[in-house]
Amino acid sequence: MANVLVFIDNPGDALKKGSLELLTVARGLGETAVAVNGTLTGGVSATLAEYGVSAIFQPSAADLDDYLVAPKAAYLAAAAGAAGAGTVLLDNSPEGKEIAARLGIRLNAGVITDVVAVDADGTAHKSVLAGSYTTAAKATTPISVLTLKANSVTPEPAPAATAPQTSTIDVPAEGIAAAARITSREQKVASGRPDLTDARIVVAGGRGVDGDFGPVEQLADALGAAVGASRAATDAGWISHDAQVGQTGKTVSPQLYISAGISGAIQQKAGMQTAKVIVAVNKDAESPVFEIADFGIIGDLFDVLPQATEEIKKRKG
Amino acid sequence: MEETLKIIVLVKHVPDAQFDRHLSGEGYTTDRDESILSELDEYALEAALQLAEARGGAKAGNQVIALSMGPSGAVNAVKKSLQMGATEGVHLTDAALAGSDAAATSLALAAAIRHIGAVDLVLTGMASTDGETSLVPAQLAERLGLPQVTFASSLTVDGGRLTARRDADTFSETVEASLPAVVSVTDQINEPRYPNFKGIIAAKRKSISTLSLADIGVDPAHVGHAGSWTTVTSAAERPPRTAGTIITDEGDAGIKLVDFLAAQKLL
Repeated sequence: MANVLVFIDNPGDALKKGSLELLTVARGLGETAVAVNGTLTGGVSATLAEYGVSAIFQPSAADLDDYLVAPKAAYLAAAAGAAGAGTVLLDNSPEGKEIAARLGIRLNAGVITDVVAVDADGTAHKSVLAGSYTTAAKATTPISVLTLKANSVTPEPAPAATAPQTSTIDVPAEGIAAAARITSREQKVASGRPDLTDARIVVAGGRGVDGDFGPVEQLADALGAAVGASRAATDAGWISHDAQVGQTGKTVSPQLYISAGISGAIQQKAGMQTAKVIVAVNKDAESPVFEIADFGIIGDLFDVLPQATEEIKKRKG
Repeated sequence: MEETLKIIVLVKHVPDAQFDRHLSGEGYTTDRDESILSELDEYALEAALQLAEARGGAKAGNQVIALSMGPSGAVNAVKKSLQMGATEGVHLTDAALAGSDAAATSLALAAAIRHIGAVDLVLTGMASTDGETSLVPAQLAERLGLPQVTFASSLTVDGGRLTARRDADTFSETVEASLPAVVSVTDQINEPRYPNFKGIIAAKRKSISTLSLADIGVDPAHVGHAGSWTTVTSAAERPPRTAGTIITDEGDAGIKLVDFLAAQKLL
């Protein structure tokens, strides 16, 4: 079987679900090595063993997080060489995709992003053109680099645990020379809600909320959902730009997307039309969102959303 | 003397996302007959123009070069850029480029940028509105051996260094890099100008140079379908979503909404 290298950036105290998904997919493709950046705790090492990892690599440099992308790509290229990897798997975050991009050039390897499934022969499946097509793609090079979308597979430990060896990989100095340096970083206040990109349920508001996201947020909290928004709402400054769903914002594929006061023009549709179930609330019966909604309500979101929120609270007791 | 800048802005012509888009032919590519300047590239062009104007503009020797790669229609993206205020245009076009993936595209663009030479800054939009892979800026930077700063929501240049701000979901950060560098900008960085009448007239006098692969020393076997490192083996159009139940609120739509969620086991 071919060798696979999985990159896990700053695993923290416990591996995230997305990392476990990468390990699960990797095991289906071949013998798995993991390249970690940042602190490796005993607990994380134990989980890697449970997932059948045969080797763990750590970088010789501790300051890779101080730079953008390039040094991590240089580290991974060296690790892929050490592992004899035919496939490198990364997460599909913006940084994961950029590391994959530079790594691809270093390894002369084809890069495929936004992957949702990988066949045993390396064929990767993804959706393109804002979810209107599904395609299968394959690298024509000896090595392929794939970035896997979150929530693509169910994580599963290996049938038998392994005892991986840990070794250090020298990070080439030129990787750091050609990198932008991060000079300051401020954490944003956590909302306490699920991450928009990974959320099972998203409640989103648009122009129709007219500056008041209260009803949208209250329904989201009753459902344990993330809050999203259309570009009109973020451009108006009613909610942070991070919440934007659509062509210039985030693409989400939740189990349930509740759209409130959003007309559903192409810019918005591009970000949410692969949701499993779409519910739309809008005063305007002509809104394009009703063409794609599984359940549509022509009505005022300031009446419908609070009533639904109360009803959910009542039923959940 | 104030520094002058030579900036290349990568501009792409893309199918208009307002209309249905389809994949067809060898390699399952999009049809670009009705294409426009990618909206996201306008922010990169505006950022370049502002940097140049702050240094006295074209009169002081600053250059903003709009570079586009693609078939004959791609020249429209360059023309629009000249109307907005770019000082010159470069159109990289060659039949052998058709079907290039990100790796092949970045190979050709890197060669074109080296051919233009002595560049301080390469600016791009945050993504194309068609391929949506966002790989090209990073691959271009790797090929040119340059720092990359992606998703810049602000950008200043001073004394051969750039400072940019990046906003992620959980943090904001400030980054610095030496020039030359490859920078992609978000749609938050500025408000792109519309070409005015003067700009449209002035654009007619500006030159667009055309480059072929031979001009930039790229082997045709290394680009296009044949030179790409990935291949699309199949494409299926997702069945369009169809409208479901639509009701008009008669005072109990909130309850009905919850009934629907319960029936779908989504509560």
